[in-house]
Amino acid sequence: MKRKLKKREFLIEKLLILFAGITIVTTLAIVLTLFGETFQFFKEVPILDFLTGKTWAPTLVPKSFGVLPLLVGTLMIAVFSSIISLPLGLGSAIYLSEYAKTRTRKIIKPILELLAGIPSIVYGFFALTFITPLIRQILPQTQVFNVASASIAVGIMTLPMVASLCEDAMMAVPNSVRNGAYALGSTKMEVALKIIIPSTKSSIASAFVLAISRAIGETMIVAIAAGQSPVLTFNPLESIQTMTGFMVNMSLGEISQGTLEYKTVFAVGTMLFFMTLIMNLIARGILYRNRERY
Amino acid sequence: MKIICNNINFYYGSNHALTDLNLNIEENKITALIGPSGCGKSTFIRTLNRMYEHIPKTKITGEIFLDGENILTDSYDLAELRKKVGLVFQKPNPFPKSIYENVIYGPKKHGLKNKDALDTLVEKSLRKAALWSEVKDKLNKSALELSGGQQQRLCIARCLAVEPEVLLMDEPTSALDPQGTLKIEELFHTLKEYYSIVVVTHSMQQAARVSDQTAFFLNGEIIETGTTDDIFTNPKDQRTNDYITGRFS
Repeated sequence: MKRKLKKREFLIEKLLILFAGITIVTTLAIVLTLFGETFQFFKEVPILDFLTGKTWAPTLVPKSFGVLPLLVGTLMIAVFSSIISLPLGLGSAIYLSEYAKTRTRKIIKPILELLAGIPSIVYGFFALTFITPLIRQILPQTQVFNVASASIAVGIMTLPMVASLCEDAMMAVPNSVRNGAYALGSTKMEVALKIIIPSTKSSIASAFVLAISRAIGETMIVAIAAGQSPVLTFNPLESIQTMTGFMVNMSLGEISQGTLEYKTVFAVGTMLFFMTLIMNLIARGILYRNRERY
Repeated sequence: MKIICNNINFYYGSNHALTDLNLNIEENKITALIGPSGCGKSTFIRTLNRMYEHIPKTKITGEIFLDGENILTDSYDLAELRKKVGLVFQKPNPFPKSIYENVIYGPKKHGLKNKDALDTLVEKSLRKAALWSEVKDKLNKSALELSGGQQQRLCIARCLAVEPEVLLMDEPTSALDPQGTLKIEELFHTLKEYYSIVVVTHSMQQAARVSDQTAFFLNGEIIETGTTDDIFTNPKDQRTNDYITGRFS
């Protein structure tokens, strides 16, 4: 009997190692494919031209592979969506953890999480058919595809994540700490601003970085609402193309394996990979270095 | 009299937690509140700085006069009340900040900004709480790195830093080891020179050791009050006698 149990334990352990192994192998395979093709790409296009060029025209003649328009497009989406998601997310978290009654919180939190479950393509169409007309009513010079509309949608999409991560951290601050501050005459606002936010600042910072990272990687919304014109511009009312938008666009078209256009997708993908990887590492770094304890 | 409580009734929802309480707190004396768990000692101590306002569905009737002014009226400023009446909790609850920041939190909140004044206040408060010599070289270290007993003394220092007149202590030593307990008890004697102290305690020995006055609580009522000597050597009520002789706890 005992031996049978032991054998089962052994089998289960090996099975679980296998499962864990599959994820690692998959990740490695993806990264290897990405790097392989990227390496091929940089054999044909000098890496400096790629990183500093201001014209992106991989399918036109003459071809040009300056990635800056895509990079700026992506960063604009990240910045403008952050203007929405970071303050609103943090504000919602403070409201939920410090002000809302338990009942209110129990109603609002699931709704917030529902917002996170909406497929991004729905946000994309929402941006195109609702936000864009709204912006164009106020600012008629706005192009049909524009950064602002897509950013607002990306901001709304990442807001629940910011709110949820921040709120979890704030709820983890024990009530005894709050009571300590109340007993010194603090108001709710003072507790939120001087106790709760400072003591959860690393969680907040890491939530912010993750939100920005999500915005950088967001694809569907920007492909639909931000446009497909790789122009170097800083005007949020104009149409742009992001790195992800380019990749989607290329994959939809007919490009044959092995061509330079094909490899371009991987080069841009690698760049995207490093950007989000670095952001995620920063988020982790912040969190683990200043782990909150009470 | 520092504090005079008249006919206090307190409710958590429909639960009548305190019934017709009358109690006087003398200035520069230590008043101990004793009684079995759930008898309303902690609830009562929290009425003296209106901490119950942070618990939903609570209601209080009666009057509590602090230096002749009724603190239960809406016009009595809550921040002002809590500046005058400090509360030290059962479990040490330092803010997740540095030792220095913990002490200056209250004074800064009440408007003190001058760096030198704050520095002086930090030293003074920590000295009064008998913690200065242990932490003076690590004021910028996190308060959470201190031992439980040190944390509790830090919480006392944090309280003293706003220069209160009354100190409420809700079982301040129940989470501490004997050594930490001893340190806090020694503190009581020096602190009562400056403050009127109300201390909730589960330990009859502690009440007998440190307090001047004692009130015995049972089921939300005060059964007996008097000087500590009288209560412990010559209780008038049979129930008090039963409790202090350990017949029920």
